[in-house]
Formats: sequence, structure tokens, C-alpha cells
Amino acid sequence: MSTLIAHSSILIIAVTLATAFLTPLVGIASKRARNTLIVLALAFVAFLVVALARDVMLNQIHVYTLGAAAPDLTIPGGAIVPVRIILEVDGLSAFMGIVIAIVSLVAVIYSMSALKTETGQNGFYTLLLLMAAGMFGMVFTGDLFNLFVFLEITSISGAALIAFRTKFADSQEGGFKYIVVSAVASLMILFAIGLLYSQYNLLNIGALAATMEYTMLDRIALVILMSAFVMKLGGVPLHMWLSDTYSVAPASIPALLIVASQASLYALLRTSFTLYGVTLDQSVAGWIIIIVGLLSMFVGVTMAILQTDITRLIAYNCVCESGFMLVGLGVGLAVLADPGALDAFGTMAMNGAVFHMINHALFEGLLFLVAGAIFYRIGTRDLNQMCGLGHTMKLTSVLFLLGALASAGIPPFNGFASKILIYESVYQFNPILTMIGILVSILTLAVFMKVFFSAFTGASLPRYRDVREVPRPMVAAMIVLAAGIIFFGLFPGLVLDWIVQPATDALVNQGAYIDAIMGAVP
Amino acid sequence: MIHSLPGNFPFVAAVVLLGIGLYILIFRRNLIKIVMGIAILGSSINLFLITLGYRIDGDAPIYTEVPSELMVLPVVQALTLTNIVIGVATSALILSLVIRIYRHTGTLDSVKSRRMKG
Repeated sequence: MSTLIAHSSILIIAVTLATAFLTPLVGIASKRARNTLIVLALAFVAFLVVALARDVMLNQIHVYTLGAAAPDLTIPGGAIVPVRIILEVDGLSAFMGIVIAIVSLVAVIYSMSALKTETGQNGFYTLLLLMAAGMFGMVFTGDLFNLFVFLEITSISGAALIAFRTKFADSQEGGFKYIVVSAVASLMILFAIGLLYSQYNLLNIGALAATMEYTMLDRIALVILMSAFVMKLGGVPLHMWLSDTYSVAPASIPALLIVASQASLYALLRTSFTLYGVTLDQSVAGWIIIIVGLLSMFVGVTMAILQTDITRLIAYNCVCESGFMLVGLGVGLAVLADPGALDAFGTMAMNGAVFHMINHALFEGLLFLVAGAIFYRIGTRDLNQMCGLGHTMKLTSVLFLLGALASAGIPPFNGFASKILIYESVYQFNPILTMIGILVSILTLAVFMKVFFSAFTGASLPRYRDVREVPRPMVAAMIVLAAGIIFFGLFPGLVLDWIVQPATDALVNQGAYIDAIMGAVP
Repeated sequence: MIHSLPGNFPFVAAVVLLGIGLYILIFRRNLIKIVMGIAILGSSINLFLITLGYRIDGDAPIYTEVPSELMVLPVVQALTLTNIVIGVATSALILSLVIRIYRHTGTLDSVKSRRMKG
């Protein structure tokens, strides 16, 4: 068991990648064998992620040096800096790993019946697993260039998945937009990595953080990195691609794309908290993130009100919810250098934001799966065409209401648990931010009530009389997410203590991340 | 030849290429030209990385018994090679999507082929 945990970080990536390439081979022989293989592999990966997360949270930061004699031999004899690729898993990486493992497993189970009639399923599952492997790599790696490579794996497979249904013109357009945005963002990231490498001859995040001098070139690299990651996560001045891509992807894919956005958010946090950390001008950087967050909240919710396409509406709601995370984390960053303020409300704001990341993945994923279920049955995403679906799709409408209430921050669902943490702590930083947050939450509720009343209530139309509940695997996938929403809403303390608090501690504690690579001796 | 140029000349070239790539991406409407813009952007980053590691009169870093003191940095070359491979994959995917868009809409003009607004 301890050997398994020592090698688990690389096994998680390797098993997912290997299954991705085995999938088409097994798929030629038998569909059933292929589906079993994928589910078993992802369940094994989820088990490894949980075991690794438990180990990280109980003991210490997990490092894995690829190709070294021992996994924890980060700096080989005779060298003064790390020269190999190193995977480094701390509380935040483990937290993100859990989110990715849950959502990719749910997405696969949902796709098994949602895509039953489509051709090219072998390719679909290969891309899905590649995307999961890319995201695991992004959050586990301790190396900047490796981060870039995994980001590209995620983007390329994500774009191919969005454009998977080649019969629709709009999904091709969505895939095109996604890959153009991703390609530009990741090339700019590589440019910034080049700027950092030119000064320090290092690519390892921990080693770079230890030698960071915050020169002019470092500031330019910081600006490029931050804007590229904000572009990838869909923060407001750069959010235009998000609604076009999420709304046209096959039903289960937006849930994964949300997690991919959050992996970019993770990269943004890694850059600002760990790579730059104490050298950074925290209050300026913090306020920039807060303003991006406020704009995202406001623009996201106002654009959502206008939409008549259900998935597009949920996509704008995603922009709005990521604004909440950015505000919470921005407040945390702004007071990072002030221990008094950090204890009073900074840690709590970051706790709220990190907790909101997993909640966001759960309820937004559920809403997208419900929208996919409606599309699966009636073949349209236009709200004006829908009416009275609640008469026949009872369970689906209840699940939609659950996701919508959680997203609007109504107790006792999980959205409330994280939003109340953000409101309370941000109020002590600046009361106006909390007021805007509450206003945005109320508008979110209004948006979803519009959807609920136009799609699920009303007279049952003759043309939708034969509409039935969706098949069992799809319902099961939605219920897993719904159970998560209720559980996280009822027992927020448990989740906070076990996975959220370690993640926040890892963000604040830059020294521990550096020490895990460089050794405690300077 | 290389001795007569100022030392930072390749960096200037890389930045000019970067500017051309961004200009194409922002102001051109033809989808094929957008793909070209991304390719030019990629080339400018590759040129930048290679220039970082280049030392005038340096040797290629392929020896176990080092013949001279001055060597070219190998790490940036590895980064460039990876970026070239990724660039090929990206271009192939984007071009296949452009073909699909053309088949559906009959145009390569991004304003005319656009289906989603707002």
C-alpha cells in the first residue's frame, strides 16, 4: 500500500493515458468490454486520488521525481537545483484531483447512454480520457513547462470533444473558437516561461519561487501568465468564447470543461500564490483579481437573463459563479502579507472560494447534465420551444431545481455553504463587494426561475406527450452529483476540515512547497 | 554574418513576428488566415526560445567528453521541439475544423459563417 501511494501521482496520470489508448483497441472487439474497462480504470484512478489526498493531508507534501533512483530524490547528487521533471502534490493539488476524478467518472457514466446512438464512440472516450489525464497532469505537476504541455493536451482534446458532433455547424464553430483561444493562451504562457527561464535557468515552480527576485521581466511574465490563465478560465474581459463553446458541446462535456477551467484557475493560483508569493505586490494583484471577479459576476448574470438557449444560459451562469471564486481568492491574496487580516478574514475568504470550486463543479455539472437530458429527449435547447416537461420528466425537473437553488445560494444546498463564507469574510474586507455578491445571487435565482417555469411547468403539449424520463445511467450520473450537492450542503464542516482547509493552507504556505523540492536547508 | 548583427537582433525579430501573429488574429476575418496567424505566433515563440539558448561560437550539447567551454543551452531546444510537435497537432485540428465549417456554411469569412451571437 505504501509503495502504491509513493507512486500514485504518476500512476494516476499513466493509468488514465494508457486506458485512453487501449480504448479504441478494446472497442473494436466489444463495446461492453470497452465501457467496463473505462469505468473500472477511472474508478481505480479515483481510489488512487483519494488515497493520495488522504496521505497528503495527514502527512506532508508528496513529491515524485520522474526517472530518479528514489521518488523523493528531487535534487540529484552533484547538482544544486532540480534537473528532472518533478510531480508535486500538495493540499490544493489533491483537492483539484478529487474534483477531476469525480466529474470525469460521472461524465463517462452519463455518456454511456447519452451517446448510444452516435458514431465514433471509441474516439469520444479516448479524447475524454486524454482530457482527464491532461487535467490530472496540470494539477499534479511541479514543473512550469510540464504544466504547459498538459494544458495543451487538455485544450486539444477539449476542442475535439466540443466539435464531436460534426453534423451541427455550431459545434464546429464552438470547437474552432475553443482551440484558437487555447492556442493563443498557451503560446503566451510558453513565452512567459521563456522569460522566466532566461533569467533563472530553472523550470521547476518550487525552485523558481525560491530564487525569484521580482525584476521587471518577472513582472512582465506575471502579467502574461495571469492574463493567459484568466483567458483560459473565462474571466470577464476574456469570456466571449465560453458561452459559444459550452453551449454546443455534447451533454457531458461542459461538466468536464468547467473542471478544465478550474484547472486553469488552479494554475493562476499556483502562479500568484506559490511562484510569486511573498515577492508579489499583493494588494495590487489582489485587487486586479477582485475586479475581474466582480465584472465576471455582474456581466455573467446579466447576460444569463437575456438568453433563450438553456445551455447558453447555464454557460453565462458559469462565468458568474467563477466571479465568486475570483473575489474570494483575490481578497485572500490582497491580505496575504498581513497576518492579522489573514487570520481575521483572509483564510476564511479563501476557504469559501476553494469550497466554491468543488461546489461549482457539482451544481453546474448537474445543470448541464439536466440540459443535456432535455436535449436528448426533445432535440432542442430553445426555451421558447419547451413547455410542461415536468409532467413526464419528474425526476429531471426536481434535479434541475436542486442545481438551480444550489447555484443561487439557497440553504440547505452546497452553494449556500460556500457563498456564506465568502459573504461574511469579504464583508470585513470591503462591504460593497458583499452587497454586489448578494445582488448577483438574487439575480441568479431569477434567471433559474425563468428557466424552470418556462421549461418544466405549464400545460403539457401534445408533441411532448410521449417524452419519457431519460435512461437509467444518465439518471444515476445526475443523482451522484445531486447527492454530492445535498451532502456538502448538510455537512459543510466535514468537507471544510478534510479537503478545503488543507488546500487553503497549501496556498498560504509558500515555504512548504519550496522546501519539499529544495530540501529544508537553503 | 552573425557577428556583424547586434546581439539582440533575433529577439527583435521574434517580437515583430509576435506582433504580426497577433495582428492577423485580431483583424483578419478569413479562417485560414487565423490559422496562419497562430502558426506565425508559434514560430515567433520558437525563435525566442532558441535565441535564449544560443551562444555565438557555442558547440552543440551532444558530447560526453566536452571539447570546448562554450555550449549552446540544450533545455530550450527541447522545449522548442515539444512546441513544434504541439503546433503541428493544433494546426491539424484547427484546419480540420475549418474544413467542417466550410462544408456546413459554404464560406470562410468568420462574420458570414458565424452562427452564434450574444
